[in-house]
Amino acid sequence: MDRLLFGDNQFFGVNHMSEEKARAQAMRFQDIGAVIEVLDNAMDEGVTSFMCTTHDRIALVCDHMRADPSRYANFKFMPCMPYAHKYANAVTEDGILGTLKRFLPDEGLLNAAMRGGMSLAKKDIEGITTLLVDAEMKMFSGLNTPVIFLQNVVVDLLLGLGFNEAFRIFADHVKNRYGAEPGFITMNMPMLLDALETVGVENPIVCSNINKLGFRMCGGFEAYERALREKKFRAIAMSVFASGAIPPKEAIEWICQQPNIEAIVFGASSRGNIRNTKELVDRYWPAAAMETA
Amino acid sequence: MVRLAVVGLGKMGLSHHAMINAHPRVKLEAVCDATGYVLDVLNKYTGVRTYTDFDAMLREVELDAIIIATPSNMHSMMVKAALDKGLHVFCEKPFCLDTKDGELATRLATEKGLVNQVGYHNRFVGAFQEVKRLLDCDAIGKVTHVLAEAYGPVVLKPKGSSWRTQRTEGGGCLYDYAAHPLNLVNWYFGAPQGVGGTVLNSVFSKETDDEVFGSLFFADGKSAQISVNWSDESYRKMTTRISIWGTAGRITADRQECQVYLRDTASLPAGYQQGWNVRYTTDLTEPVWFYLRGEEYSAQLDYFVKCIEEKRAHDNVNSFHAALMTDKVISMMIADAAKGASVTSDEALPVAPKKKKGFFGGRH
Repeated sequence: MDRLLFGDNQFFGVNHMSEEKARAQAMRFQDIGAVIEVLDNAMDEGVTSFMCTTHDRIALVCDHMRADPSRYANFKFMPCMPYAHKYANAVTEDGILGTLKRFLPDEGLLNAAMRGGMSLAKKDIEGITTLLVDAEMKMFSGLNTPVIFLQNVVVDLLLGLGFNEAFRIFADHVKNRYGAEPGFITMNMPMLLDALETVGVENPIVCSNINKLGFRMCGGFEAYERALREKKFRAIAMSVFASGAIPPKEAIEWICQQPNIEAIVFGASSRGNIRNTKELVDRYWPAAAMETA
Repeated sequence: MVRLAVVGLGKMGLSHHAMINAHPRVKLEAVCDATGYVLDVLNKYTGVRTYTDFDAMLREVELDAIIIATPSNMHSMMVKAALDKGLHVFCEKPFCLDTKDGELATRLATEKGLVNQVGYHNRFVGAFQEVKRLLDCDAIGKVTHVLAEAYGPVVLKPKGSSWRTQRTEGGGCLYDYAAHPLNLVNWYFGAPQGVGGTVLNSVFSKETDDEVFGSLFFADGKSAQISVNWSDESYRKMTTRISIWGTAGRITADRQECQVYLRDTASLPAGYQQGWNVRYTTDLTEPVWFYLRGEEYSAQLDYFVKCIEEKRAHDNVNSFHAALMTDKVISMMIADAAKGASVTSDEALPVAPKKKKGFFGGRH
């Protein structure tokens, strides 16, 4: 895995600080060409892994890259699924079952199981999960997807419910069907690591907020520090700037001193910011410079 | 440990279930929902006890508290049954569709000394809490006007019927969306004396409203305007915003930030300066034990648990009493909207008093 991964919040009007900034970004990136231009900039700066939501508009980026395989041969997508708002709105309108019906490509499976109040067998749950994953993966057909992530709202919902078996099902499917590494995004990293352990998902890739301020590190800063020191997992740090609350140099210097972190995911809208982050990481994390050189 | 059950596994119920199940001092004893299917899966994979019969659950399971997240028209019946059983109750908003039921439940909870809370989560958002703090110390002087807004992309085309598409069932933009900004106005300024100019308009829905506009009138001459639309695709998700004008400044706040302009006549709160001030929710927010979809959702449940542990059944944030105030405003707005325009174009209008001719004669 590359040390520096490019995120996509900035492209979709997600900003934890300000609605105005979020809207300005949504306007700026309305044209998919503007998104691709930033991705090209990132690539030219040596950042070639893109952690992206399975938002409909990402399909356009995929089309663009498929059409120019020589330019994008080394570009790696790390899909994060599902795009949660799509499902959340659907659950509000149609309930849980209605949502499944709406998004499953093949209704037969669910309908068969539902007839006569028959309970869902284990294979049905596996079938539904894998069908949903496959539906989200369609847009990446023919592209590199070395890691496939389950997105944090879903991970943390399942985690809270105690539905840990779903993590196992997801991990197995992603490995077997796509030859990819399963990844999990969470706001509750220490708790998730324990849950993954109970279902035998070994040495998992886990992406969570890790920053000097402890911003959105649920379970507490110390539990995160302990997990990084003692647990066997592949940590990806997000929100390293704590939504802009920590100056870039200070944030990167600190994150590079933490043990066991394999990658940092960051978002940027300009080539200058991408370069600055890359330079900081190369300076404070020398191994990264060697690996990407 | 607080022994608790969740009833209703829609979007809110499911997320409450996940958050409260992860709470270190709560034991989730049972869940109840009408769809056996979702229950089967939950039971099989998480081992939680499940019920399709609410009364049977109340009879059979030893509980201290309950979270009610069923369709709105079932709230009053379930809240009453739970209170009768001596349970502390957290109920989703809106509280009760019939304010008489709400009054009864409020009285019952008070008499029994049971913790009672309604899920108006905005009162646990850092930026909105900061607004409350500023108003309590009169930071912007005497408030003259409030604009309370909410927009989002919920109903974007005509669609089939469910409880959410019918006002009689507690569905629609007024109950679902407008309740939030109205509740913030109630929190900041109490109950209005009256409402006027209410518009409950459909954009796409056949049996309920998709946009809500109206005015609230307060005893001291202050007014509030409500502008809400849940058929607005330009918003990625629900956005609630409140703007408050006072004699010494202005406040605008949403979930992310609180922007404050203070005039030189303002008495400056600690840390604030004359002119513009911005406070971010990210700075104002306390960490939570478990994060699913915003700290406020976790914080309100933790607060509910704490109130139970500390036996604080009175004077809590988001009490039934406070939620009932919002239910009453909603009822007033429904009654007002039915009246239509208060003055129509075919009415004889009073003649404006003639102005004296100016020095230059006739021009005004």
